[in-house]
Amino acid sequence: MNTNIALLLVLAPFAGFLINVFFGKSVGKTVSGIIGTLSVAISFATSIYFFNALTAEPKGFNITLFDWIHVSNIKIDFGFLLDQLSVLWLLFVTGIGSLIHLYSISYMHDDENMHKFFAYLNLFVFFMITLVVGSNLLVLFIGWEGVGLCSYLLIGFWYKNQDYNDAAKKAFIMNRIGDLGLLIGIFILGHLFSTLDYATLKTAIAGATNIDLYWLSAAALCLFIGATGKSAQIPLYTWLPDAMAGPTPVSALIHAATMVTAGIFMITRLNFIFDLTPDVQSIIAVIGAITALVAATIGLVQNDIKKVLAYSTVSQLGLMFLALGLGAYEVAVFHVITHAFFKACLFLGSGSVIHALHGEQDMRKMGGLKKVMPITFITMLVSSLAISGVPVFSGFFSKDEILLTAFHHNIPLWVVASVASIMTAFYMFRLMFLTFFNAFRGTEEQKHHLHESPALITFPLIVLAILATIGGLISLPGNSWLNEYLTPILPKLASEEHHLGSTEYLLMAVAVVGGLVGIGLAYAKYNKQNTVPGDDASITGFAKVLYNKYYLDEIYNFIFVKSVNELSKFFRDQVETNLSAFVFGFGKVTNSISLQGKKVQNGSVGLYLFAFVLGLCAIISFLFLAQ
Amino acid sequence: MNNILNQIGIENYIFLSVILFCIGIFGVLYRRNAIIVFMSIEIMLNAVNLLFVAFSTYHQDAQGQVFVFFSMAVAAAEVAVGLAILVSIFKNSGSISIDTLKNLKG
Amino acid sequence: MSILLILFCVLAAITLSTAFLTVFSRNPIHSAIYLVICFFSVAGHYLLLNAQFLAIVHIIVYSGAIMILFLFTIMLMNLNKENEVHKPRITRLGAIVSFCLVCLILITIFINSKPIAGEYIATGEDYQSIKVLGKILLNEYMVPFEFASILLLVAMIGTVLLSKKEKLEK
Repeated sequence: MNTNIALLLVLAPFAGFLINVFFGKSVGKTVSGIIGTLSVAISFATSIYFFNALTAEPKGFNITLFDWIHVSNIKIDFGFLLDQLSVLWLLFVTGIGSLIHLYSISYMHDDENMHKFFAYLNLFVFFMITLVVGSNLLVLFIGWEGVGLCSYLLIGFWYKNQDYNDAAKKAFIMNRIGDLGLLIGIFILGHLFSTLDYATLKTAIAGATNIDLYWLSAAALCLFIGATGKSAQIPLYTWLPDAMAGPTPVSALIHAATMVTAGIFMITRLNFIFDLTPDVQSIIAVIGAITALVAATIGLVQNDIKKVLAYSTVSQLGLMFLALGLGAYEVAVFHVITHAFFKACLFLGSGSVIHALHGEQDMRKMGGLKKVMPITFITMLVSSLAISGVPVFSGFFSKDEILLTAFHHNIPLWVVASVASIMTAFYMFRLMFLTFFNAFRGTEEQKHHLHESPALITFPLIVLAILATIGGLISLPGNSWLNEYLTPILPKLASEEHHLGSTEYLLMAVAVVGGLVGIGLAYAKYNKQNTVPGDDASITGFAKVLYNKYYLDEIYNFIFVKSVNELSKFFRDQVETNLSAFVFGFGKVTNSISLQGKKVQNGSVGLYLFAFVLGLCAIISFLFLAQ
Repeated sequence: MNNILNQIGIENYIFLSVILFCIGIFGVLYRRNAIIVFMSIEIMLNAVNLLFVAFSTYHQDAQGQVFVFFSMAVAAAEVAVGLAILVSIFKNSGSISIDTLKNLKG
Repeated sequence: MSILLILFCVLAAITLSTAFLTVFSRNPIHSAIYLVICFFSVAGHYLLLNAQFLAIVHIIVYSGAIMILFLFTIMLMNLNKENEVHKPRITRLGAIVSFCLVCLILITIFINSKPIAGEYIATGEDYQSIKVLGKILLNEYMVPFEFASILLLVAMIGTVLLSKKEKLEK
């Protein structure tokens, strides 16, 4: 029974994909959209079923479908592990996924390839579910690769634009580089423990007396490299801002709520490995903190509304990795959930704005939209307050937990994270003020067509805004439902005591004040003074460096792409010409030999007879001498 | 009845046959007239036949003579066909010098 | 010197001289005549070796059929005019070289083989009369015999085909 429901969970989106691929064009746009949404909604319903079932059976459901690989002493079977962590992930992936599908029905309505869009979205959800429910690292890897593929397909959805295609390729290739790390990590783990199954790994590590920590750290580091690729951390984060080339629902689903959280999921899944390698954890924490700061600084000066949100995502993911690096997995999971709510809301809201302005994404040409698009404004305001860490909203609770953990472990990291949070508040409200306040800066034509978006767009916005508001309730300090829920996965939670002392209240106050300072600065500059960022040409100095993303893309291009190009040119010019001359030389030699040999056959019978006689003499002498 | 080779000795027959054979080879290589070449080939065949018969007497066995029988049959067939080919070539090219038969030049 | 040896030497002289003259005559008709005489002398050798049937068959087939064919061909195609092209010196040299080579090799071989010692076998039985020959031919060598007849048939057909005048398409 559970097996069947698990199969339904995984295969419903895949069925949606198949139907949309084969029949999407013939059934029409709305129907294909409804089919897509329905398949994800079915998965959501089954995840709720499993959520309820887990209260009765806290051990989780281990469903084996079939024996897959059996090589010497490594046995990998294809199965699902539905425990607290995977069901939690499933709930928000499929839940937010269905909302975004609903949103896309209206958003992509003008596109002629809408059925293809829903097919790709469904395929993505299928792979994401596979990634999350897999019972071993290899099934996770299948999902990992699959979501990378779907990301490529969806980023380059409007394939007629070569820039979008390049962005899609960049995303895929950078993901692949990370995947190499993941694969190497999987190989090392498989070699060390002869298994890739989570449960078996856990017992093997718990029971092992002498684990080679050097190799375990190497495996953990390689797995983390895979996570940096997928979750856009330094050094493999440059694909995420370029990935904004895809349609806004794609950015919301993949690059805010689901795919980029895969790295965090994997590390949380394998927490028992990372707990044994404190060095790698330090590396993770430091990289997370630095990414958070760097991305926040870049986001301060961007003018494209989606790029600001993209850098915000990278920054928030950095904070999550900081939490993971400090061993506070439950805090990272909490922030993942709240971030999914408010970031998806922000992206969908920006999509609504872009839709109303018929494709305009530059904030310098927006403004004064709050009267024309009230629902969008209010929902985005709520989400911005959440991300800035204003109390009551969900972001406050999750971000505060991260800052608290950082403070208890390592003060410099706390400073870095706090600065990043202040900058977050600043640029988010810069976005809000530039987009919704003061006067409209676009063309007259656009001004006449401004209107609030239809219900299918605003409904998901409202739902997500509500969730962003009340989402903090799942893990209140001192009384965290989430921590109790995740205890079977993270056993050390049971022994931890969370008490709120004066330090904690002080830190909370500091964080809130910091957020309000950021909002105030943004208000002062962009609302009161009504500053509008200038044209690209007018940006100078350090701001220019930030605007050009610290020239990191150019640096990568110079170091990696150019050198590979030079190497291939070398091979083409030097090595290949010589090699082909050598190979052709064989032919030439044979040719010249045969040219000389041709002279034997001059057709004169006399010569042939002479050759007969000579051969006869030779044979006779040979036979005679052989005796 | 005595073996006649008692008087003559087999080595004489061998020498005779060998020299006849070499004359035949010389004729094949030296002359350019196709008819003479054919005749030289007949000389060679005869030399071999002679040797066969001589050895058949030496071994007192008839099998040597049987082989000569077949050799003669083959020689006859070969001459017939060879001369027919020669006649066609002569009709086509007008000369029977084997130097003109260069069509197989590679 | 027994009479048989003298007979052998005479016949051998005739054979060798006529063969030599065949190869070196200018006129093809002369070559053909010399060859006929050579064949007759070889038939004499056969008689000397007591192969009577073979001698008669030799005369019939070679002198009677093959040489007649040669003579007809030469005369009907008027090839008796000897228009010998001036042979290049290299071919003459090649011919002489190969002749000496073959001669040398064969004689060396035969000299270096063990000389035949002792008496020659003389069983006294009849091993080569026409009766015995016929029996062997048609018992043991039945299949080659039939093949030889097929060969002759095919040669006949081939010869006729090869020398037919081609019909000109109108």
